[in-house]
Amino acid sequence: MRFFAALYDMTGRRELNLEVRDGLTVSELQRDLCARFPRLADYSGSLMYSVNADYVPADYPLGDGDEVAFIPPVSGGAHAH
Amino acid sequence: MLIRITADPLDPQPFIEHVRRDESGAVALFLGVVRDNNLGRRVLHLEYDAYPQMAEKKLRQVAEEIMARWPITDIAIAHRTGRLEIGETSLLVVVSSPHRHEAFEACQQAVNRIKEVAPIWKKEVWEGGESWLAGEGQTALQPQ
Repeated sequence: MRFFAALYDMTGRRELNLEVRDGLTVSELQRDLCARFPRLADYSGSLMYSVNADYVPADYPLGDGDEVAFIPPVSGGAHAH
Repeated sequence: MLIRITADPLDPQPFIEHVRRDESGAVALFLGVVRDNNLGRRVLHLEYDAYPQMAEKKLRQVAEEIMARWPITDIAIAHRTGRLEIGETSLLVVVSSPHRHEAFEACQQAVNRIKEVAPIWKKEVWEGGESWLAGEGQTALQPQ
């Protein structure tokens, strides 16, 4: 996982290595991480997701070695894929 | 085509030289610069954070999209990261084309698309606080 902008400030880290079950979706990962970073819940519905530096939908299933980032709204504010 | 994410100051001249062609009579340049106010607050400086690999990829996709849609001869896009003072350039887009009309249009469309898709964020630091901004500076993501 990689963290940027407000999510970097919130988690205090740039990167995190995680073991997750195969096929876990990126939105399930976000939900699971709320236990570790409770303020992540403030962002429910406002984040986009990327895997390996491309935008992906919320139900995208994760595989081995994937690099995930939660993308806070960018400066134009539009949700584009 | 030239794409750059950099913490160094952006000097437009090398980018202009990069896109300029003998057969092209127009070069349109856009600079996004740090202004000293937002929402009635006096801004002290900005801090840009980017997901560099993804930002570079998205800027390249925007450039390819613009090249495919307008009859332009070349395009260069650069974005600063890190701390920027008032008056410094955060975003640079420069387009060359045979005539001015498509250079202006392509340049404007490129700026719009960059603001939609590039994973680059700005934190505004003002007197007494700071916050990450979204939505053209309208929404405070993280009010302090």
